[in-house]
Amino acid sequence: MRKASSTQQSEIVGYTVVRRDTDTNASLEVSGQWLRDARIKPVEQVVAELESRPVKRLSILPVELADWDSRLPSYLLKIADYCVAKAIELDVSAMPQGVQDLLALARAVPERSGARRREERAPFLANVGNSVLNLIEDSRQLVIFLGELILAVGEVLRGQARFRALDLFIFVQDAGPNGFPIVSLISLLVGLILAFVGALQLAMFGAQIYIADLVALGTVREMGPLMTAIIMSGRTGAAYAAQLGTMNVNSEIDALKTMGISPMEFLVIPRMLALVLMMPLLTLYADLLGILGGAAVSYGAFDVSITQYYHEITKAVDIVDFSVGFFKSVVFAVLIAIAGCMRGMACGRSASAVGDAATAAVVDSIVYIVVSDSLITLILNQMRI
Amino acid sequence: MTTAHITVDHLTMAYGDFVIQRDLSFTIGRGEVFIVMGGSGCGKSTLLKHLIGLHRPAKGQVYYDKQNFWRADAEQRIKVMRRIGVLYQSGALFSSLTLAENIALPLGEFTGLNKAEIADMVSYKLALVGLAGFEDYYPAEISGGMQKRAGLARAMALDPEILFFDEPSAGLDPVSARLLDDLILSLCDTLGTTIVVVTHELASIFAIGTNSVFLDPESKTMLATGNPKKLLAESDDPRIIQFLTRGEGRGDKQKGVL
Repeated sequence: MRKASSTQQSEIVGYTVVRRDTDTNASLEVSGQWLRDARIKPVEQVVAELESRPVKRLSILPVELADWDSRLPSYLLKIADYCVAKAIELDVSAMPQGVQDLLALARAVPERSGARRREERAPFLANVGNSVLNLIEDSRQLVIFLGELILAVGEVLRGQARFRALDLFIFVQDAGPNGFPIVSLISLLVGLILAFVGALQLAMFGAQIYIADLVALGTVREMGPLMTAIIMSGRTGAAYAAQLGTMNVNSEIDALKTMGISPMEFLVIPRMLALVLMMPLLTLYADLLGILGGAAVSYGAFDVSITQYYHEITKAVDIVDFSVGFFKSVVFAVLIAIAGCMRGMACGRSASAVGDAATAAVVDSIVYIVVSDSLITLILNQMRI
Repeated sequence: MTTAHITVDHLTMAYGDFVIQRDLSFTIGRGEVFIVMGGSGCGKSTLLKHLIGLHRPAKGQVYYDKQNFWRADAEQRIKVMRRIGVLYQSGALFSSLTLAENIALPLGEFTGLNKAEIADMVSYKLALVGLAGFEDYYPAEISGGMQKRAGLARAMALDPEILFFDEPSAGLDPVSARLLDDLILSLCDTLGTTIVVVTHELASIFAIGTNSVFLDPESKTMLATGNPKKLLAESDDPRIIQFLTRGEGRGDKQKGVL
């Protein structure tokens, strides 16, 4: 508080006065303290005053000018720009030598023509058009990425892809075992929730035993693969985008290309392989935990014995249901890897671009996952599988 | 007169509609130290990207020996790219690999050497750039100058015919910059490597350059090509003279009146 009041008492002020010497000559007197915190009349007002009665020549005169810092030259630079635009002769020779030198330095290198970027508010329709063009560009990138990826997969199948086995192990470790805790927690809880929601309805007509069917079918065919995929897109897809994005920022991807090593084979393939290998296993594990969660609810809250529950499950799901879940998890793995790696490879060269890439990777992969899940479920439904 | 190693023919570089430089034509001879120079932002590094296959030209051609680099199919282009080494401005070391693994990567991919031979080769290359004993360090654990030297060791791993340097002395102290220049010269002398350097360090330009091209950001094209010392002596273009003399060639400062 003391500080605030003291600055109020001794306020720092810089003054400007426009004086008209003759019809064509004017002078601008600057006085007082021209410091960073000083209160000074906005330069626009001075320009407006000059504008009101145009002159041919303007002199800047110091009158009891005390301290000054960058505030003064920047103020004068603005006036100098105005003078150049209006072809007014500007005389600063009365100012302190330091001010003159700084002004001369600021004007030594003329602004590069076309260097300044104008911030224009685009009209609404232009924005719409731009978003459509961006969308088309994004799709084009995706097609190019997919094409290169397919070629790289071809190399893998021919056994000629170049990547380090060690990398693959690291990615497998990261995408598989390291994901256990979160997958365990989420799938157990989803199993519990599924059981509770269903059981409340089923208990109304005494059909609690069918909780087992509901949980088992729901988990194995839908929730297991879906929840695992969503966890992995946030855990691993985002990590891939950030890793590749950072490598891009650091020119590491350029370095690989100029070494004649395809980044697609060296960086993308091991990541995708790791996900494709680990996701089905994680999904199976999630299925198991989801069913366990259902068992806890049926046994604990609805008086279904574990044996009954187990027996009901063996009747409810067969190998076909597991295959459906398995198939879905492979599809999701490929989609997560594509979204993560593509966004990472197309990342811009700044810290915020890496963040954007990770965000976009997660958004993309969740969209891909949910849309493809719906499509697969629809098709399987039509085929009565 | 040396034989042409890289020929650039009416090259125009652009990002979308934005032209960086147009109509560049010059020849880089075998065994030359070729300098790409010009003020900041004139497209020096972009030109490098066009030469090493990272950016396709908007117009014009690049020839390696007699082979048209950008008309060739991807496989042949990669073959050409394996004959070149690039030192990036930041070093561009793979941050998840140790220095030894960084240098071993191209050796393991493109040679038939066994593990022990590769390790020997890696140690030799690191020793060449003054980093003996740093095999097991990660790039983040060493200084910027050391990263740059490690990047050079990696670029030299396969004994390339052509070495590209992007601002090699940026961020180095004067002594290290001088050592790097000496290293470049000895590479050129002993192995006959063709060297292309993007730089605006005058000391380096005159110390090592045997040929050069001067890019101008305002007119968006090249102003001259030739030996930098000769350019300084013979050119009558004030922009070139100003650049090569740090602006001292034209010292007309105006005071008072703006």
